[in-house]
Amino acid sequence: MLFTTSRFIFFLLGVILIYQLLPQKFRWIWLLLASYIFYCFSGIKHLIYITVTSLSTYLASIMLDKLQKEQASYLKENKESLSREERKAYKAAMKSRQRRWLVLCMLLNFGILAVLKYTDFMIANINGILDIAGSKRQLAFMNFVLPLGISFYTFQTMGYLIDVYREKYPAEKNPFKLALFTSFFPQLIQGPINRFDELKESLFAGRKLTINNVSFGTQRILWGFFKKLVIADRLLVAVSTIIHNTDEYQGVYVLVGMFFYAITLYADFTGGIDIAIGVAEIFGIPFRENFERPFFSKSIAEYWRRWHISLSSWFRDYMFYPISVSKPMLDLSKFCRKHVGDWLGKRIPIYLASIIVWFTTGIWHGAAWNFVVWGLLNCLVILVSQECTPLYEKFHNRLKVGNSFWYRMFQVLRTFWLMSFLRTLDCYQNVGLTFKMYSTIITRFNLMELFRGGLMKLGLTRYDYIVLVPAVCLLLLVSLTGRKGSVRKQLSAKPVMVRYLVYFAIFLAVLILGAYGVGYDSSQFIYSRF
Amino acid sequence: MKVKRIMSKLKFLMHKKFLANLAAVSIALLIIILLQSLLMPKYVTAIPEGNLVREYYDEVKKHDLIFIGDCEVFSNFSPVTLWEKYGITSYIRGSAQQLVWQSYYLLKETLTYEKPKVVVFNVLALKYNEPQKEAYNRLTLDGMKLSPIKLEAVKASKMEDESFISYVFPILRYHSRWSELTAEDFKYIFKRDTVSHNGFLMRVDVKPVTTVPEGRKLADYQFGENSYAYLDKITKLCKDNGIELILIKSPSIYPYWYKEWDEQMVAYAEKNNLRYINFLDLTDEIGIDYSTDTYDAGLHLNLSGAEKLSDYFGRILKDEYGLEDHRNDEEYRQIWEKKVDFYYAMKEDQYRELKEYGYLKSYGAASPDN
Repeated sequence: MLFTTSRFIFFLLGVILIYQLLPQKFRWIWLLLASYIFYCFSGIKHLIYITVTSLSTYLASIMLDKLQKEQASYLKENKESLSREERKAYKAAMKSRQRRWLVLCMLLNFGILAVLKYTDFMIANINGILDIAGSKRQLAFMNFVLPLGISFYTFQTMGYLIDVYREKYPAEKNPFKLALFTSFFPQLIQGPINRFDELKESLFAGRKLTINNVSFGTQRILWGFFKKLVIADRLLVAVSTIIHNTDEYQGVYVLVGMFFYAITLYADFTGGIDIAIGVAEIFGIPFRENFERPFFSKSIAEYWRRWHISLSSWFRDYMFYPISVSKPMLDLSKFCRKHVGDWLGKRIPIYLASIIVWFTTGIWHGAAWNFVVWGLLNCLVILVSQECTPLYEKFHNRLKVGNSFWYRMFQVLRTFWLMSFLRTLDCYQNVGLTFKMYSTIITRFNLMELFRGGLMKLGLTRYDYIVLVPAVCLLLLVSLTGRKGSVRKQLSAKPVMVRYLVYFAIFLAVLILGAYGVGYDSSQFIYSRF
Repeated sequence: MKVKRIMSKLKFLMHKKFLANLAAVSIALLIIILLQSLLMPKYVTAIPEGNLVREYYDEVKKHDLIFIGDCEVFSNFSPVTLWEKYGITSYIRGSAQQLVWQSYYLLKETLTYEKPKVVVFNVLALKYNEPQKEAYNRLTLDGMKLSPIKLEAVKASKMEDESFISYVFPILRYHSRWSELTAEDFKYIFKRDTVSHNGFLMRVDVKPVTTVPEGRKLADYQFGENSYAYLDKITKLCKDNGIELILIKSPSIYPYWYKEWDEQMVAYAEKNNLRYINFLDLTDEIGIDYSTDTYDAGLHLNLSGAEKLSDYFGRILKDEYGLEDHRNDEEYRQIWEKKVDFYYAMKEDQYRELKEYGYLKSYGAASPDN
C-alpha cells in the first residue's frame, strides 16, 4: 500500500479511530495488529519473513539477556573468590557465548536479506563469467520478490540486537512489543531506521491523541504529500524520459537529468519520510529525523551526516566503529605502522573500514554494480577530501575567503553537483553507460538545445513547469526557514487566518496540482524498492 | 458569582472558536465543491453524450416508456416524435457504450423515481462481457447521482487502474484539467444547457452509407456469462415490477450484428417470454434510407432516421402494448409543449449551423478538416 493513495488515508483514519476508542493498555496491541494488516496488503505470504526476523531476534535477545544476568550474578556472588585473571577469563567466555547467539541471529536475518535481494545479482555475475569462459550454460534467475521494507526492518532489528549485546539496555521481554518495534507500519516503506531505546517509551505507551500531535502530524503528512505528488511524481516523468532514451538525450540533457533527479529523489524520499514521521507523531511516537537540509551541505562528509541520517548513523555505529576498533584492525594498524610508517599505518585501518562500510552502503541501495561503484566513489571522494583538508585550509587562509557568503555558496553548489554526478549511477543503473553519458557532456554539449524548446521535449508541458518552479521555490523557502527551528512551530505562532490559509493552500495544491490518478504513472517511492 | 462568570466566559470563547473552525471548514468544503464543479468536463459543445445521464434528474418523472442502452438508443429513437404522433411519454436513459451492467443499474435507479409500463433494451451491449474503457465509464457513471445504486454500478464497471473513490469524489479524476480549462468550463460551472430531448441526441447532418462490409469471423459468438447474468437481472427487475421488457436490436449497421448473436437473442426471448425485435430486418418497412438517414455512414441514425424509426415503433407500442395517449391530458401537454418547442428550435439551429459551417460545430460533430 503506497502512502499517497486514498486507500492508505482511509486505512490511517481507521487506525486512528480505533486507537482513540480503545483503552490505553490495548493501544499498542492495536498498532501491532494494524501494522500486520498493513503488511498483508503487500502480500500475505511475506508475513513469514518479518515474523521470523521478529521472533528470532526476540529469542536471541532473551538469550543474551539471560547470559548477561547470569554473568552479573556469578561475578557478584564470587567477587571475593575470583582473581582478576579468572574474572577476565570468565567474562571472555561469557562474551563468546553471547557472540555466538548474536552471530547466529545476524547470519539468519542478514542471510534472508542476502538471499532474497542478492541471489539474482550473483547469478547475473556467474552467468557473465560463464559467458566470458565460453560456456553456453546459463543459470536461471530466481526472481524473488522482496518483502516490503526488508532492508529497513532487518537493519533496525539487528541494531536492537547489537545494542542488547553491548548491554546498552536490557532485552524486551514481551515478544509482541518487539514485533511492534520491527513492524510498525509508518517506517516500513522508506524508514527511518529507528533505535529501540529512542522509541520504547512512546511506542508501547498508548498515549492519548492530543490536538497538538494530530495537528502537527497532519501538517507533516500534508507537506510530504506535497513534495511527493506535486514535485517528485511530476518531475520523474522528465527524468524517466532522459534516462530511458540515452541515444536521444545526451550532452546538456545529462546535466538536466542530474539536476531533475536530485530534486525528484529529495522530494520523493523526504516526502515519504515526512509522511512516516507525521503518522507516528499523531500517535505521539517521535521518529528520528532522517534529513537535515542535505543540499545545504558544504562537503560530501557533511552531506552524509545530513542525508538518510538513520542509515549512515546505523553504519557508523554498528559497522564502522566496531570494524575500526576490532582486534584484527588494531593488529593491522600496528603492523602497518611498523612496516610502512606512521602516516600510512594510521590511515590503512580507517580506509579499510571506510571501504567496507561504503561497499555495504552501496550494495544496500541496490543489487547491481552501479550501486557498488557509487558507494566506493562516495568513499573515495570523502577520503580524498579529508586528506586535502590541510591544503584547503592553506588556500582559505591565503585568499582570505574564510567564511564569506560567496565561498560558502560555492561549497554548497560544488557539493550539490558532485553528489548529483555520483547519483547518476543510480539513474542509468549501468556503470559503463553512466560514464559514457558523462563523456557526452563534453563531446556533445548542446546548451542551445535548451533554448530551442529542449525542456518541452521531456514529457512535461509548460503548465508542469509553471507548477514546478514555485513548488521547488517553496521547498527551498521551507528549508531555509527550517534553519531557524521547526517550521510548524513558527507557523503556529502566526495569526489563525494565515495558518488556515497556508494549510488550505497546500491541501489544494496537492488535490489539484498533484501528479496522481489516471494518466499519471503512479510510481513507487524510489526508496521503497529497498 | 465570580466562578460562574468565568465559566460562562470560557464557554462563550470555546463556542466562538468552535464556530470559527466550523466556518473555516465549511468555506473550505464550499471552495472544493466549486473547484470540482469547475474542473469536471461540461460536455455541452464537445461530447454532449456526457450530459445524457444527468439530464434525467431535471425531468418531471412521468414516463410510460423507458429506453436503456447505448448510442443505438439515444441516437435512433426520438421521444418527441413518440409524443407528437402517439402521445407516448418516454425517456432514453442511454449513454455512450453503455454496458449491460450499467443499463441494469440505471434502470434500477430509474425505478426508484417512477414505474414505466414498458422498458426497451438495446442488446448490442451484450457483446461486452467485461469493463471496456475508462472514458466511457465516466460518460455513463459521472452523470449518476451519488447513491448506493451508483456505487454498485461503479464497482461493476471500474477498470483495474481506476479508483473507486474517484467516482465518489470526481475531483480526484479531473483535477489535472486545471491546465485545460476553457471558457465553457467557467460558463457552465453552475448550470449547463440542456443537450438532449428526453435523452435523444439530435443530429440533422447526413453522411450516407457507402459500403456495408461483412463482419469478420469470430472465434466465439457466445455472449459471456457476465452479460447474460445482467440481462437476467434486467429481466427479473422488470418482471418483479410488472413492467413489460422489450429487447431490440436497433437498425445501426455498425458494429456488425452477427446472425449467431441474433439467434441467441431469439432463444433468450423465447425462453423468458419476452419480445425481441431486430429492426435491422425491418428497415424497408420502416422506410430507412441509409443514404439520407444516418449522420456517420450507418453507425447512428440522424434525425430523419430516428423519426422514422420512432414513428414505426410507436405504432407497435400503442397497438400492442396499449401505451396511453396523453396528448389530451393538460398536465402532460404543458410539460411536452416546451419539449416540442425546444426540439424544433434545436432542429432549426442545427440546420443553420450546417449551412454556416458545413458541420454541426456546437453539437459535438467533428470538423470536416480533422
